[in-house]
Amino acid sequence: MSAVPGQTVGPFFHLGLEYDGMNELVPPGHPRALRLHGHVYDGAGDPVPDAVIEIWQADPQGHILRQPGSLRRDGWTFTGWGRAATGPDGHYQFTTLEPGATEPGKAPFFAVTVFARGLLDRLFTRAYLPDDPDVLANDTLLESVAPDRRATLIARRDPDGAVFDIRLQGDDETIFLTYPRLRDAWA
Amino acid sequence: MESSQADINREIEAAAQQSGGPQPKIDYAPYRSSILRHPKQPAHLIDPEAVELWAPAFGHRDVADDEADLTIQHAGTPLGERIVVTGRVLDGDGRPVAGQLVEVWQANAAGRYRHQRDQHPAPHDPNFTGVGRMLTGPDGTYRFQTIKPGPYPWRNHINAWRPAHIHFSIFGTDFTQRLVTQMYFPGDPLFPLDPIYQSITDPKARELLIAQYDHDVTTPEWSTGYRWDIVLTGTHRTPLESDTEEEVK
Repeated sequence: MSAVPGQTVGPFFHLGLEYDGMNELVPPGHPRALRLHGHVYDGAGDPVPDAVIEIWQADPQGHILRQPGSLRRDGWTFTGWGRAATGPDGHYQFTTLEPGATEPGKAPFFAVTVFARGLLDRLFTRAYLPDDPDVLANDTLLESVAPDRRATLIARRDPDGAVFDIRLQGDDETIFLTYPRLRDAWA
Repeated sequence: MESSQADINREIEAAAQQSGGPQPKIDYAPYRSSILRHPKQPAHLIDPEAVELWAPAFGHRDVADDEADLTIQHAGTPLGERIVVTGRVLDGDGRPVAGQLVEVWQANAAGRYRHQRDQHPAPHDPNFTGVGRMLTGPDGTYRFQTIKPGPYPWRNHINAWRPAHIHFSIFGTDFTQRLVTQMYFPGDPLFPLDPIYQSITDPKARELLIAQYDHDVTTPEWSTGYRWDIVLTGTHRTPLESDTEEEVK
């Protein structure tokens, strides 16, 4: 069957996609809260003030969650999914927990989706935690990308958590992903 | 210098001559905002792993039934043509996507969004916000009641107008199926002029975004009806029964 094509999220997505607590997978005061944040930049290096970032992640034990409640968070249930819009300076942030390894030896990552005005279809990428170089060195995706672009997939630590900048275009363009069934969907 | 519609039409025609798939071309200069915002490197092909094989779960805790009626969110009745839009969300293998979140947003009947960045001097409707949410049923059906949105001007080029549309945000049963798109109405005269719609250069693929008028969805003395089925890409994991259940512990 032919998949429906995507279209841009447009400039007015705040109307339909924003809701209270969307970027707080845990409350900011949570003892193990991690701040995942960064900027989105365009090909001129300017911030993108109208992008939407979604993250989808395992919990700290590496469990993939099947819990509803992302739209009406109760402050206790960790759902693993969140959405953030960039501000006027192109900055987004989430309050979340560290994703754990889903299997021993696997590199933990956030699955990330990017939407923006001017971006005609969504983009997929991953944000890896930077801490264990051995684990990262053995990751299937990181091994398969050009070494000089690998860093675009790895968050860096800052005092509050982790920073993951997204560059839509340009010299340090983020590596964006596609998956086998996206390729065959229109065959 | 700002482009005219004739300039844009020439660019649209030129882009239609180049090979392109049924997805939108993300490098599509007639849509001016895309010029600096599309990746130039090809997407990197990878087998999905871990969370990428699953989608977030939503349930009745997230969405109230009345959020699927965009005409009852205020004290009065919104102005415009009352419509019902319904259809099924299916995966690329034809399986229904059940119990999953659909979000919609749109302009009012006059073509104005309730958003501070929309400065088009058409009236706001105090009785219309233009936002709805719903969950798909066991057979993948979604359904909402709203007001038919109007076309509106934008600043891509001089005298640029968007065909009337409703924005849709849809989740599948795995992360890779995530889709944000726009549903259009049949016979819109603005189709050939709109660079966002024309960024899908395959005419058959473009038509997949157009709802069909359906007299069986129309109800007597009340509203007209449109049907639009949404086929997502295929799953990388065979969906389980539990994909459709709520509160799985």
